[in-house]
Amino acid sequence: MKTFPLGGVHPPENKLTANSQIQYLPVPESVIIPVSQHIGAPASVIVNKGDTVKTGQVIAESKGFVSTNIHSSVSGKVNKIDTAIDTSGYKQTAVFIDVEGDEWVESIDRSDKIKTEIRLSSGDIIKKCHESGIVGLGGATFPSHVKLNVPAGKKCEVLIINGVECEPYLTSDHRLMLEKGEEILIGVTILMKALKVEKAIIGIENNKPDAIDHLTKLAVQFHGISVHPLKVKYPQGAEKQLIKALINREVPSGRLPLDVNAVVHNVGTAFAVYEAVQKNKPLFERVVTITGKSLAKPGNYFVRIGTPVSKLIEAAGGIPEDTGKIVSGGPMMGKSLVNINVPVVKGTSGIILFPHGESERMETGPCIRCGKCISVCALNLEPYLLMMLSLRSLFERAEKEHITDCMECGCCSYTCPAGRPLLDYIRLGKSTVIKMTRERVVK
Amino acid sequence: MSSTVLITIICLSLIALISAVILYFIAQKFKIFEDPKIDEVQALLPAVNCGGCGFAGCRNFAEALVKAKDFEGLNCPVGGAPVMGEVAKLLGKEAPVVEPLVAVLLCNGSPENRPHTSKYDGVSDCRIVNSLYIGETDCSYGCLGLGDCVRACKFDAMHMNTETGLPVIIDEKCVSCGACVKACPRNIIELRKKAKKDRKIYVACSNCDKGGPARRACKVACIACNKCFNVCEFNAITIENNLAYIDAFKCTFCRKCVNECPTGSIVELNFPPRKPKVELQTEVTTV
Repeated sequence: MKTFPLGGVHPPENKLTANSQIQYLPVPESVIIPVSQHIGAPASVIVNKGDTVKTGQVIAESKGFVSTNIHSSVSGKVNKIDTAIDTSGYKQTAVFIDVEGDEWVESIDRSDKIKTEIRLSSGDIIKKCHESGIVGLGGATFPSHVKLNVPAGKKCEVLIINGVECEPYLTSDHRLMLEKGEEILIGVTILMKALKVEKAIIGIENNKPDAIDHLTKLAVQFHGISVHPLKVKYPQGAEKQLIKALINREVPSGRLPLDVNAVVHNVGTAFAVYEAVQKNKPLFERVVTITGKSLAKPGNYFVRIGTPVSKLIEAAGGIPEDTGKIVSGGPMMGKSLVNINVPVVKGTSGIILFPHGESERMETGPCIRCGKCISVCALNLEPYLLMMLSLRSLFERAEKEHITDCMECGCCSYTCPAGRPLLDYIRLGKSTVIKMTRERVVK
Repeated sequence: MSSTVLITIICLSLIALISAVILYFIAQKFKIFEDPKIDEVQALLPAVNCGGCGFAGCRNFAEALVKAKDFEGLNCPVGGAPVMGEVAKLLGKEAPVVEPLVAVLLCNGSPENRPHTSKYDGVSDCRIVNSLYIGETDCSYGCLGLGDCVRACKFDAMHMNTETGLPVIIDEKCVSCGACVKACPRNIIELRKKAKKDRKIYVACSNCDKGGPARRACKVACIACNKCFNVCEFNAITIENNLAYIDAFKCTFCRKCVNECPTGSIVELNFPPRKPKVELQTEVTTV
């Protein structure tokens, strides 16, 4: 079975919610919608305090090319436009809306009927994605229309669809593939049309045999789409690793998948594209996995963007007493929350409640030069060295050691027998080096 | 036997002699002229290589001093006026008057004033916490309390106060080299004018949020109420970004602003205790 050759780990899967059907979380009384839920320039707010908005209405407009629209996820009145804390605790601009009913914008098709016929042209699809605020739903939240725009001189040969979901615990993509398989495949066809490619490969790890079977059966009806099972290994969901695993091409350091004639999109994104193009429904809702070993009712939910995380936890049976940390995202790359009132955003793939005993860090010991971090690094870096370089502020040297290639997957920290905070320092070094290079460009 | 020894000695001596002659000529050919004054100036400098002057070390600074036309912008904060005066005398130039400075922490967020809302169990490094999240409190501007500044100080002038979780600067030891200022990821250490008897009046807050959120995060936050600005007769106080700032060069230490501040974010240090206010005795007259 295919997989990427270099590095990687296999943490316990803990997919507790793999069999729980996606439910709709009730619309909360109020939502907080941040204007920066994507990589790139924050959107600029176009509504005012006291305005009445409908579900699906644009409330913040895209500013620049690498940016996207933000839509209201509920109908009601704009309470205020103020700062709100995000997952990191830092404040950013957000629109606060008090919910009144649930009235959707008329143009949205709310019927369950699946629309197969694609009417829009390639350019129109890309425009639609931009207007609908579609971003990469795998977690990186990179605006999708940017990835669909193939610049002159570059060619896309194959579209790769990421159904890997290599992070432990998370099952939102898995459930989506099972329950919305046909929609996803139509979404993939739309993406193929936008990119003008004939071939699409869906990569799914073989710990989801039901999803592989389901999509393989459905894919027969679609032209050019094939489903490939992959060996379970983290971080297979990373763009570069997935490309290597599926089509055996290596994206060079500092380059993009397009340089090897491929484009990668997530299954969640494919579903969002289907909804945007066929149903006219912008991205204001996403599947979020709420899970944890001591949680009463873990599950998968369609959650409106801006819903406080606390509502989601409530729906799952409330915070268990032994909770040590609440993490947004997967256990490997996610971030601990500082406050459970932060809103669910486009990039929230899951909320995990870790009990005490699992949430604490290991005691840090000295590096014993075992080289485990090097052997698990999927990008052929030397984490122990990068850590020491950042620790001693030798950032020029770290740059030469390709610190900016690091995708922060956390395999090194996960595997270190001495519990050393490798990734913490590498992240620091990486951000400093990026800042340094930017300053150099300005000069 | 003895001839072998003799030949060996003669041969080696000859080789040594020839090499010495060659080396001498090479040394002459590639000689780099170095102003002897650089050595003399360096001898006057404190030789701590702290980098407070902005140069890589004392030697580098000495070179710059010798080359410079005048001393504008060149100052050794460690040596201060006496050292700069001597250097100026040696080089026959005039040293500009530079006020001595001292590092001051613009935050007073002890756990008492600024309650902790989360617990950080990661690496003890302010830079990492700052890039990761807001920190253990709700203030995104204040001290993170993990001591990057203390580790940066080469003069043992700082230590962490375990009770308040804030760094303490020992005025007598601080040489205002600025290492802590650079080390702080939140830029909350300032070099301020050193006053007589180390007296200080400053706004011990860096929070640029509006009054409400700032106060919710910390009891002693500056809420930019303008009271100090209005009471100051010397135009020493400016308010920008919801934060008051007292210019140490204009401040006359009248202490009016300290009394006026409703949150107690303006701190006065090393002053003699105030005279107790004469309270008007209102006698209750009974008929």
